[in-house]
Amino acid sequence: MKAEVECEFVKSEKTMTGAELLIESLVEAEVDTLFGYPGGAVLPIYDALYRSNAPFKHILPRHEQGAVHAAEGYARVTGKPGVVLATSGPGATNLVTGIADAMMDSLPLVIFTGQVGSNVIGTDAFQETDVMGVTTPITKYNCQLKQLSDLPRVVKEAFHIASTGRPGPVVVDIPKNISTASLSEKCNSEVCLPGYQPTTKPNPLQIIKLTDALANAKRPVVLAGAGVLFGGASTELKQFVDQYQLPVTTTLLGLGSFPGTNPLNLGMAGMHGTYAANMAIYECDLLINIGARFDDRLTGSLEHFAPNAKVAHIDIDPAEIGKNVLTDIPVVSDAKEGLLALLNQSVNLPQHEEWKQHLQDMKQEFPLWYERSGDLLSPQWLIEEVYRASNGEAIITTDVGQHQMWAAQYYLFDKPNKWVTSGGLGTMGFGFPAAIGAQLGAPDELVVAIVGDGGFQMTMQELSMIKDYQLPVKILIVNNGSLGMVRQWQEKFYDERYSESIISSPDFVKLAESYGISGVRVDKEADVPGMLNDIFANDDPVVVDCRVTKMECVFPMVPSGKGNHEMIGVKK
Amino acid sequence: MKRIITATVQNRSGVLNRVTGMLSKRQFNIESISVGGSETEGISKMTLVVDVSDFQKLEQLTKQLHRQIDVLKVSDITDKAMVARELALIKVVGSGQMRAEIQGIISPFRASVIDVSKDSLIIQVTGKPDKVDALIALLRPYGIKELSKTGITAFPRGQQQNVTEINYLSI
Repeated sequence: MKAEVECEFVKSEKTMTGAELLIESLVEAEVDTLFGYPGGAVLPIYDALYRSNAPFKHILPRHEQGAVHAAEGYARVTGKPGVVLATSGPGATNLVTGIADAMMDSLPLVIFTGQVGSNVIGTDAFQETDVMGVTTPITKYNCQLKQLSDLPRVVKEAFHIASTGRPGPVVVDIPKNISTASLSEKCNSEVCLPGYQPTTKPNPLQIIKLTDALANAKRPVVLAGAGVLFGGASTELKQFVDQYQLPVTTTLLGLGSFPGTNPLNLGMAGMHGTYAANMAIYECDLLINIGARFDDRLTGSLEHFAPNAKVAHIDIDPAEIGKNVLTDIPVVSDAKEGLLALLNQSVNLPQHEEWKQHLQDMKQEFPLWYERSGDLLSPQWLIEEVYRASNGEAIITTDVGQHQMWAAQYYLFDKPNKWVTSGGLGTMGFGFPAAIGAQLGAPDELVVAIVGDGGFQMTMQELSMIKDYQLPVKILIVNNGSLGMVRQWQEKFYDERYSESIISSPDFVKLAESYGISGVRVDKEADVPGMLNDIFANDDPVVVDCRVTKMECVFPMVPSGKGNHEMIGVKK
Repeated sequence: MKRIITATVQNRSGVLNRVTGMLSKRQFNIESISVGGSETEGISKMTLVVDVSDFQKLEQLTKQLHRQIDVLKVSDITDKAMVARELALIKVVGSGQMRAEIQGIISPFRASVIDVSKDSLIIQVTGKPDKVDALIALLRPYGIKELSKTGITAFPRGQQQNVTEINYLSI
């Protein structure tokens, strides 16, 4: 089937197929890594890839979910869109979890899915799925190519949409006949998106309102979210906080946006945040949210969330402002632009010494805590040791659950873009492939995947990837023989009825060895420091089966449906 | 409260799907939605009648609509001077003398009979939603066999007076 050509042409001698044109468009978009898995509907693209001398790497996972999570990890540490290619039908549906994950955590992804030929779309053809229908609710944008001449423009638009404004995943569905059709003219690739004009500069009046509120506040607090990281605004946040000496809390995804070791940092807020951070939000009279979306895991019960505060919210996505929490001072802006505008206002602030001292006292009096049990391995202590052995310099990736919360609590992120976790969707199986993508994006950095024994078993086949591409990823399995967070909730809220949460695992050491990777097992604290120093000094990948104490819980905690001031498990 | 929202969108495939999908995902209650071409080629207009509980929800709805890449403009025109029309086709049981009676009922509504068969007739009515509803209520006792409405399409009048309060039902 020959594609129609309707756009304005610049005549050229060369005839190109859709597949070749796609590869050329990827080169033009400066893609350096493509995560993909071949299949029937993308055979022409893979064939073109084989014949081309494109300057980018192709990374082959063992399951498409591995490709998309790896692309997310890559996007998180590089700030560039992660690019994924999968075939139609099952190839595309295997991407769904990762696309939804990227949507929730605002990660820029550009995903190309093969589709059956246009002539059989809608006939339930072999390996056909309605990718548009499936991905519409979980993408920032998606489209299906109708004619070849649109391809260069659509690819350019996809990269533009994915990486500007509030980042997010974009799916481009390419019917097989489009990738095989050929075109002899160069076509128009101008981005044409009149409905997409993200506001990046703040409204000056709202900035004045915010600084006025700041000047009048007695108990101000800053809440920093992932928007600060996406905006590359960590330096500006630090300047802003230094200038006005404001206490700071971060969201889970905002870890690293403000140095974790800075005395003004009260730590993470929310369900498993620190007592000081949650009380700061509960007691404050001005809450300045920069790039966080007031997720329910952060706010707890909304009626008790910052009950006495004026709320200012700086966000690039206007729809986030006022979505969950009523906002007094809305500022639609990129985090960096917003902070720069704030820095340009000179305000004389009262010093809030009493308020800051009060928060520091709470930080001292109610710190994060855990009990060590003899020589057995405490998971929290393990994380602290990872922090020590890596000098706080590692890129840490996690799944969802207890290990994730311990990593968030006990690894102090001083620098931005070192923390890759599945926050919004809470995806088991995310951490390990994300670490692979992170390592590919940051080849010189130490990448540590901290995963649970449950989550690792969801994507552990990707050990093949680290073997194939010689990636020195360190995988630490926080192995407690259970789906720890589920087990914790069953213990606390379901009278210890451990319904299907106690799990078995393979011998992870042997598993690693079967993939040609070394495996280590530790179950005593005494063995940990030496082991960590060894593996961090070594350039090889390793799987470490860390047998931690089984019944450990993540504390403190805001029980579901309660206010942030009603934390349980606070150190007394 | 009922609100009338208009959205100008780029006429690309999947736009309606994206808009209705977003609304149902976010638990907005759509009463009616009508879409069609506009004065510009490639640009369509949507008119949505939605039932929202408060102004915060309403703001969310317009923001979420505007967030869609292919949506160019969103306006809540409920409180503006506007024209809003819908069309209904009503098949009513009626034969013989009844027909004259029905004719008498529909003529003040400027509705017309567009099809007649042995024992039924089809009436077309266009106008403000309350007028359409009033006619339907009057015809109901005669036995409505089939009824189909288009949903409201609306836009603001060319001239806007200073409006203090306009009830939705007065449109």
